[in-house]
Amino acid sequence: MVRLTHWINVLVLTLLLMSGLQIFNAHPRLYWGSYGADFDHAWLEATAHDTPAGPRGGLRIGDLSFDTTGVIGVSPGPNGPLARGFPTWATLPSWQDLATGRRWHFFLAWILVTNGLIYLVAGVLNGHFRRDLAPTRRELSPRNLLASVVDHIRLRHPTGEAAKRYNVLQKLAYVGVVFVLIPGMVITGLAMSPGFDAFAPWLTTVLGGRPSARSIHFIFANLIVLFVIVHVVEVFLAGVFNEIGSMITGRYALPREHGQ
Amino acid sequence: MSRLILSRRRVMGAATASVAGLMLDGCNRLSQAPRFQDAIGKATDLTQTSQRLLLGGQPLAKEFSTSQLSPVFRANGSVMPASAAYQSLMEGGFADWRLAVEGLVRQPLWLSLDQLKAMPARTQITRHDCVEGWSAIGGWTGVQLARVLALAGPLPQARYVVFRCADDLGGTGDASGLYYESIDFFDAVHPQTILAYAMNGQPLTVAHGAPLRLRVERQLGYKQAKYVMRIQLVDRLDQIGGGKGGFWEDRGYAWYAGI
Repeated sequence: MVRLTHWINVLVLTLLLMSGLQIFNAHPRLYWGSYGADFDHAWLEATAHDTPAGPRGGLRIGDLSFDTTGVIGVSPGPNGPLARGFPTWATLPSWQDLATGRRWHFFLAWILVTNGLIYLVAGVLNGHFRRDLAPTRRELSPRNLLASVVDHIRLRHPTGEAAKRYNVLQKLAYVGVVFVLIPGMVITGLAMSPGFDAFAPWLTTVLGGRPSARSIHFIFANLIVLFVIVHVVEVFLAGVFNEIGSMITGRYALPREHGQ
Repeated sequence: MSRLILSRRRVMGAATASVAGLMLDGCNRLSQAPRFQDAIGKATDLTQTSQRLLLGGQPLAKEFSTSQLSPVFRANGSVMPASAAYQSLMEGGFADWRLAVEGLVRQPLWLSLDQLKAMPARTQITRHDCVEGWSAIGGWTGVQLARVLALAGPLPQARYVVFRCADDLGGTGDASGLYYESIDFFDAVHPQTILAYAMNGQPLTVAHGAPLRLRVERQLGYKQAKYVMRIQLVDRLDQIGGGKGGFWEDRGYAWYAGI
């Protein structure tokens, strides 16, 4: 059950991210506080401007500006460069269509929540959280954490019986995604809804206002993308066929001990 | 052996890329299929039902203090209706403007701005949430829609309140491009649902919808119809405009704009 929810999540989170970028593109600026529109200070914005050498796209975060022509701000379209936050290949649908992006996003959000609840119930009932995810006190000791960091940097993966269990950094990353980032996405999403805000105004207030909730939503989405990149790289490093096989079937062939 | 692994990796990479390409292409095709659009749009019905359950006690949307007002409130959509009829009303300071309340009512109304201002007023400082993602805080003064509706006496079969506006946002030059919006009675009778004639203590400017605009807090900006000329009570929306209950609704946006 947990494995099935994982693969549903892969699909749903991918499409949520892409429809989310479509929504972001409708107003590619982020603010802190209880209001934020064109005349207010944005802490992050995608920019586009014409130069003698052609249109240039940029990303400004605080006082730092980056030329991101081709990807953010200005990117290729079917008939030449387009001024848009994220490029066509990253958004759902590819073309600018906020209404359709929202349909996808809110449809998928219900699936994410349903799938997430099934995962949580299954994870509690079958002991997955307690057995596999909860780090032990010994694992959380500074020395063990440091050792795990060093192992990761040296790309040294456990072998034998140890490879069957999640290591401590892996556990912390999974716990962070399962109990902080994904619930955080749902909560900040709800806080942006004017209807839900009328029901629970304290939630939006605690998050610092609707523009802040939108900023946190964006940051958390980026952290999930970062997690996925590391996660996929680690799966490849650890032996892609064995890992993906185990992620689908639950069977895992133990890697041979070094020197064997 | 190493060549075999390399080619296996290449095959994996190519397979991943083509699966992603196929998936993107498939989702784009689905996005253009009206039946699929309708199907995923059903999630909004679920959202509406859930939110209406949560909002059953008709709580108020959060109100702010004057110190929290946006320094500049962005004017969006139409900012100057072009029709000769509107222009002439504007030049006369809206003295000749009348709000028609008609349709499924016992007593159709024809109200001047002064008559509306003579009714009990409500002032609220609320956050305006645009569907695009920006927000602005503004103060609104007007008459509660429920009071106007009570004067007209809705007939039992009336289910929706439709707001007909003066601005031709579609730019078609005929009635098909005129802005309109609709809400149901759940929102129509809410205490914060007002017909506003003043903003931040000043008479409503043309850019913000003079002489009268709707404020239906708890929903997104496109529900806040500006330049309201006529209020129509109906039992169904499918025979008005494009049939979806509003200008933006006819262009794919959800009728329920609580999210």
